[in-house]
Amino acid sequence: MEKKELLVVDGLKQYFPIKGGFLGRTVNHVKAVDDISFTIHEGETVSIVGESGCGKSTTGRAILRLEEPTEGKVVFNGEDLTKLPKGEMRKHRKDLQIIFQDPYASINPRQTVSDVLNEAMEIQKVVPKKERRDRIIELLETVGLNAAQADRYPHEFSGGQRQRIGIARALSVNPKLIICDEAVSALDVSIQAQVLNLLDELQDEYNLTYLFISHDLGVVRHISDRVIVMYVGKIVEIGDKHSIFDNPKHPYTKALLSAIPVPDPDRERNHIVLRGDVPSPIDPPSGCRFHTRCPFAQEKCRVDVPELVRHDGMQEGHEAACHFVEEIERGEVKPKELQVTTF
Amino acid sequence: MVETILDVRDLRTSFYTDEGEVKAVDGVSFSVPKGKTIGIVGESGSGKSITSLSILRLLASNGKVVGGEVRFKGDNLLAYSEKKMRSLRGNKISMIFQEPMTSLNPVFTVGQQISETLIEHQGMSKKAAMAKSVDLLKLVGIPSPDKRVKQYPYELSGGMRQRVMIAIALACNPEILIADEPTTALDVTIQAQILGLIRDLQQRMGMSVVLITHDLGVVAETCDYVAVMYAGQVVEYSDVRTLFRKPKHPYTVGLLKSLPRPDEDQEKLIPIHGTVPSPLHMPVGCRFNPRCPAATDLCREKLPDLFDDGEGNQVRCWIYNEQWPGEKEVDVFGEERTARC
Ligand SMILES: Nc1ncnc2c1ncn2[C@@H]1O[C@H](COP(=O)(O)OP(=O)(O)OP(=O)(O)O)[C@@H](O)[C@H]1O
Ligand SMILES: Nc1ncnc2c1ncn2[C@@H]1O[C@H](COP(=O)(O)OP(=O)(O)OP(=O)(O)O)[C@@H](O)[C@H]1O
Ligand code: SF4
Ligand SMILES: [Mg+2]
Ligand SMILES: [Mg+2]
Repeated sequence: MEKKELLVVDGLKQYFPIKGGFLGRTVNHVKAVDDISFTIHEGETVSIVGESGCGKSTTGRAILRLEEPTEGKVVFNGEDLTKLPKGEMRKHRKDLQIIFQDPYASINPRQTVSDVLNEAMEIQKVVPKKERRDRIIELLETVGLNAAQADRYPHEFSGGQRQRIGIARALSVNPKLIICDEAVSALDVSIQAQVLNLLDELQDEYNLTYLFISHDLGVVRHISDRVIVMYVGKIVEIGDKHSIFDNPKHPYTKALLSAIPVPDPDRERNHIVLRGDVPSPIDPPSGCRFHTRCPFAQEKCRVDVPELVRHDGMQEGHEAACHFVEEIERGEVKPKELQVTTF
Repeated sequence: MVETILDVRDLRTSFYTDEGEVKAVDGVSFSVPKGKTIGIVGESGSGKSITSLSILRLLASNGKVVGGEVRFKGDNLLAYSEKKMRSLRGNKISMIFQEPMTSLNPVFTVGQQISETLIEHQGMSKKAAMAKSVDLLKLVGIPSPDKRVKQYPYELSGGMRQRVMIAIALACNPEILIADEPTTALDVTIQAQILGLIRDLQQRMGMSVVLITHDLGVVAETCDYVAVMYAGQVVEYSDVRTLFRKPKHPYTVGLLKSLPRPDEDQEKLIPIHGTVPSPLHMPVGCRFNPRCPAATDLCREKLPDLFDDGEGNQVRCWIYNEQWPGEKEVDVFGEERTARC
């Protein structure tokens, strides 16, 4: 059965102006997200991974129109959100919720848990007033808290519990899509596992769709159906979880995966060392943005922008944006200086 | 037998606050064999940083080491005068701190900051120290070191700043490097560069490393021995292979079961229920007992010691002691462990 397309992002660009000079004119742009397209189906979990500053959060925020996208379409349930007037957009907010990394920062410290949830339902008018208290208790139980905790303040909870409050708040308006931006990153492993399992169960129960943003590739492997790899504002590879983790094709994806330390002392450890730092999105490299650090880079890479393409030996839906996927695979294009470290 | 360069025994450190005494470190023991890397792992607040700050005696004014020993090549550092400690820090034992941004001084150039250590500990002239600084920047893999040495911290990327921190720490060829979360704030590709660098320098200089981290992947790949901390105590100390293959302490088992792995698929994560206790209200008996699936009445009454398994590995859990009152085969988070009784 064809799954329903819930979210279609098409040619999305998010440029932030940099002001400068005497007159405070726009002198340049941070090209935080630069022409990306992808689709999320109902009930699935799609993750965005990539290094700091590659545009993961910006993508999430642009989908919600927390910042107005510079260009491109965000089609949710058949409707282009970028075309909606502000007021209309507010009505759609209930369908698209976001959970942040630091739940404390996004919760008003002077409100009790019950206030927080009540307010969310009030704004979205999803539950009649007199049924709200019951709904609040139900929500708290759903996320593994109890009724007695409804009238407590955020500072009385641990990090993991606060994250549960964040999840309860997102759930309170019956959303279809939840964007989790580093939602479990600040949690300790034992608590993180509790929250990941909870997200899993809620997805099954309410047929939720997740856009999961994280730099932790262990978490991403665990939670995702499909994975998007970003590098300096662009998608370099996209595919189902197994294609990305077991059959990565883009040299950046390979380097990123090989850099992860694996919790197994007997595994062979060969980490590809990338030269230098991630380039700035203000002046991204020409051609393939990875060419300044890619061990396989050729002249063409400096000039032409590679498109996302499915090559031989790649599963349906698995695409990489590299000019030389096949040549690298066949060993015809060799790494110039492939530095490997065991640490 | 490898020589032990640092031996920490039953270390106890408390903070005195308005709400009472915080026993941040309350029974930490581990040893560092010469030339090896030992990892200290544990969740946030378990006492990892305070352990290392206690070793170097750099505690905040409301903190005090209240018990135990820190033996560096046989000498108890806790008995040293402050003057003697000062000549040791940054010299024989040096440290990379958890916050790279705050530990470099923004108003001095990179070169001035590296030189300072060299002038203080090695009596170098300003000029010689600056020349050595350039060499050190080169050693830690910073391109165009002669230019970088004149720059200020804000002009460098996070990865480069961390390299500068390492350069400062290594300036005097320390015998022990204590690195507190040296890569936590960095991207994985930069982390790989930095960890590779530390390993490389360790082999060249023969120093011992104490690596503090909460990342079990980093531990598996970099450490020879591991001390697992929980609520201010070391609950397990063993060689890295034993720790990952046959962890003994229920907390360690639980930690490994909760970990989402980047290298293999898992059906379900098995979390440890509950949360870490507050340092002001530590549970009586074994500190892990409220969260432990195997806990017995003994565990709820009496704190277990660190028991030795006869092979140099230690565990703070009643299951591995003759007094264990429960079953012989114990189920901890879905794995069998055989009780010693
Ligand atoms: N409002 C803004 N104005 C200017 N630049 C911005 C703004 N928001 C983000 N940026 C820049 O856009 C780029 C992408 O940022 P973004 O927060 O999306 O990265 P990220 O992938 O989420 O990184 P991290 O893993 O660190 O959270 C960065 O260079 C960032 O500095
Ligand atoms: N100056 C202080 N006064 C009171 N309590 C303190 C002080 N410094 C640290 N603590 C407490 O000591 C305990 C141990 O802290 P420590 O910094 O060693 O944790 P950690 O294991 O390094 O955690 P993290 O992984 O978050 O760095 C914590 O409960 C902390 O709140
Ligand atoms: S001593 Fe008891 S409670 Fe503590 S870890 Fe061992 S079995 Fe669990
Ligand atoms: Mg982000
Ligand atoms: Mg710490």
